[in-house]
Amino acid sequence: MRKLPDSLVRLLIVIAGLASVVLCIRFLVLPRSLTDMELHKQSAVERELEKPIQFAGSGICQECHEDEPATLAAGYHSTLSCETCHGPAQAHIDDFEYKPKAPRQRDFCPVCHMYDPSRPTGFPQINPIAHNPLLPCIECHDPHDPVPPETPRSCEACHAEIARMKAVSHHVQLECKVCHEATNEHMLHPRAEKPTKPANREFCGSCHAEDSDTVATPHIDLKTHGGRYLCWQCHYPHFPEAS
Amino acid sequence: MLRRKLLKMLTGALPGLTILTDPFARLLAQDEETAAQELPLYGMGIQVDRCIGCGNCMEACKAENNVPPEPTHMRTWVERYVIDSNNEVHVSLLNSRNRTSSQIDEQRNVLRTFFVPKLCNQCENPPCVQVCPVEATFKTEDGVVLVDNERCMGCGYCIQACPYGARYLHPETKTADKCTFCYHRISQGLLPACVNVCPTQARVFGNLKSPASPLTRLRRLKKINVLKPSLNTAPKVLYTDLDGEVR
Ligand code: HEC
Ligand code: HEC
Ligand code: HEC
Ligand code: HEC
Ligand code: HEC
Ligand code: HEC
Ligand code: HEC
Ligand code: HEC
Repeated sequence: MRKLPDSLVRLLIVIAGLASVVLCIRFLVLPRSLTDMELHKQSAVERELEKPIQFAGSGICQECHEDEPATLAAGYHSTLSCETCHGPAQAHIDDFEYKPKAPRQRDFCPVCHMYDPSRPTGFPQINPIAHNPLLPCIECHDPHDPVPPETPRSCEACHAEIARMKAVSHHVQLECKVCHEATNEHMLHPRAEKPTKPANREFCGSCHAEDSDTVATPHIDLKTHGGRYLCWQCHYPHFPEAS
Repeated sequence: MLRRKLLKMLTGALPGLTILTDPFARLLAQDEETAAQELPLYGMGIQVDRCIGCGNCMEACKAENNVPPEPTHMRTWVERYVIDSNNEVHVSLLNSRNRTSSQIDEQRNVLRTFFVPKLCNQCENPPCVQVCPVEATFKTEDGVVLVDNERCMGCGYCIQACPYGARYLHPETKTADKCTFCYHRISQGLLPACVNVCPTQARVFGNLKSPASPLTRLRRLKKINVLKPSLNTAPKVLYTDLDGEVR
């Protein structure tokens, strides 16, 4: 057997020495949390768990508030959490002096209810410019139970497209029955008995003629405007536009 | 001379060598492996046909998790899809601060349009975990991918590797940040902030293993899709009513 060259032996000794130093550092000097993957994960998880909570969750409000949660659960807004409107409220629970915001202003509700073509069909939407302008929404709708004061849902059930169109039009405030007389029979056998439809220009003129006493309604000269044509030959009555 | 150079080189490599010993350490540790008790496996369902694009989830997430206000930094976000009559797909980000003005272009001939909420998919096979050079990002036993922001050095590999664009570099800590399913909340039995504020139950949260969780019911009732299934990342964010054009 050939003897290893001296230099190689020495090198091997150095390497062995270094290796033992490395192992020493690895197992004796370095803190466990730096080398042990499990420990390092655990400490990261613990730091994650210690993060402060902002949103208290939907269940806890009813421990102190009785009316609002009960009303909310029974109405159209039952799927909303208190904090969706009132904002993060953990601070309020820790200290009542901190009041959650109560969004009373008119631009709050349209975040969800403004008409937007990407929203799923059937979601109740309004045109905030045309829908009862100037008044705060909560003047007419209780935010915790927002049923409209009068819900003409029955016509909407079958004439959804007309109802949706009207809901974002200038005629949003006019109920169907202003222009159509519909009997109960129509609801049951729609084709057997049809509701009435406006018959002449004077009908629209009752609100739009210059001598009518309606306010906040654009007025036209009934005699000349649009010639002898019926109003709805030019204006779609459920979505009237002045152009 | 040569010897000294070699010696220097070896000492320089000391820290590196220390890390190399890791596999041995792990082998040793394996004996102590505890019998895993029945841990939950968290997941989220997204019912696309319910999203109204109100953006409350984005704002709640920022408030809960201290996410910087810029729209480029998001743990969860909502995309508006518009598919026009040429079948071209236009995707835009819902701006959380200026929600009402994000109307779609009136000129475009719209075939269909909808909102898609997105977030980290908490993949079972997370590409971000694979590429992290310092193992700062890892999967917990209940299935959530976390970032150890003390170990993370902000190299950004994981941000590149994520096929869903779910990660960003936090401008203050200079480390990678992403959705944690609100780990600090769910481990206390609270819902993630985005789920808490969602008004239409477009977001559903639960334990994938439990027969009584709302997610299990969702999976039974609806056809489930995941994003980019061909990548085999096995996401735990499950979509229902997902349009074929969504990427
Ligand atoms: C531990 C009891 C407690 C809990 C839990 C609690 N509140 Fe309150 N809250 C109060 C009290 C007391 C007041 C009345 C404070 C006052 O009038 O000075 C109040 C007042 C309010 C107000 C009215 C603030 C105003 O401007 O007048 C709102 C809104 C509110 N709470 C929302 C919430 C919400 C949302 C939750 C659940 C996340 C909640 N609270 C949970 C005790 C509680
Ligand atoms: C749709 C949004 C919305 C939701 C959801 C909601 N609130 Fe309110 N809440 C409001 C608004 C707006 C007001 C202010 C009403 C007013 O001034 O008439 C208000 C007022 C209040 C007040 C103060 C009442 C007062 O007389 O000053 C309390 C307390 C309250 N809410 C509790 C709750 C609780 C508890 C829940 C959850 C069960 C809840 N709210 C859910 C919008 C909401
Ligand atoms: C976070 C989103 C959100 C906000 C904010 C919100 N709503 Fe709603 N609203 C909803 C949802 C969800 C429904 C239920 C829709 C359904 O039944 O499909 C609803 C239903 C309604 C309805 C019933 C419509 C119908 O006839 O079906 C009215 C009216 C209403 N909201 C008014 C308001 C008013 C007023 C406010 C402001 C105080 C408000 N909403 C704020 C989400 C919201
Ligand atoms: C002057 C009272 C009044 C005010 C103010 C008011 N509404 Fe209404 N709202 C009604 C009435 C009445 C209806 C039912 C008739 C209708 O559909 O127009 C209604 C219906 C609705 C509907 C249901 C529409 C549908 O298609 O089912 C929504 C949503 C709504 N309002 C939201 C709002 C919002 C948001 C505001 C504030 C921007 C607001 N309302 C302000 C009286 C009001
Ligand atoms: C059960 C479903 C249903 C309900 C509810 C309903 N309609 Fe109709 N409506 C119909 C059908 C079907 C027609 C016939 C359409 C046709 O013949 O093309 C119709 C026709 C009409 C017409 C047109 C009549 C004509 O001569 O062209 C009007 C106006 C009308 N409905 C108004 C209303 C009003 C207002 C209400 C609510 C009070 C209402 N409808 C509720 C189903 C319904
Ligand atoms: C401003 C008055 C006005 C109001 C309010 C109104 N309509 Fe009409 N509607 C008309 C007129 C005028 C016609 C006839 C149009 C024509 O013949 O072209 C008509 C026609 C119809 C028709 C048959 C033709 C068509 O367009 O399909 C239906 C159905 C109808 N209305 C349903 C409704 C319902 C449902 C509502 C309530 C949501 C409603 N209308 C509210 C004026 C009105
Ligand atoms: C009960 C009263 C009433 C009746 C009946 C009525 N309108 Fe109107 N109309 C209004 C009001 C109020 C407005 C304005 C609403 C607004 O701008 O806020 C309006 C607005 C309009 C506008 C203007 C839209 C714009 O762009 O400024 C037109 C056009 C119109 N109506 C056409 C008609 C026609 C056609 C009829 C008959 C089928 C009719 N109206 C019947 C109350 C009525
Ligand atoms: C030949 C088509 C035509 C007919 C028929 C017609 N209009 Fe118009 N209308 C228009 C046009 C175009 C405009 C917008 C330009 C203008 O203001 O003259 C308009 C505007 C209006 C306006 C808005 C005025 C304003 O100051 O904003 C009202 C209200 C209106 N019409 C009601 C009616 C009524 C009510 C009838 C039936 C008596 C009717 N129109 C018949 C074409 C017509």
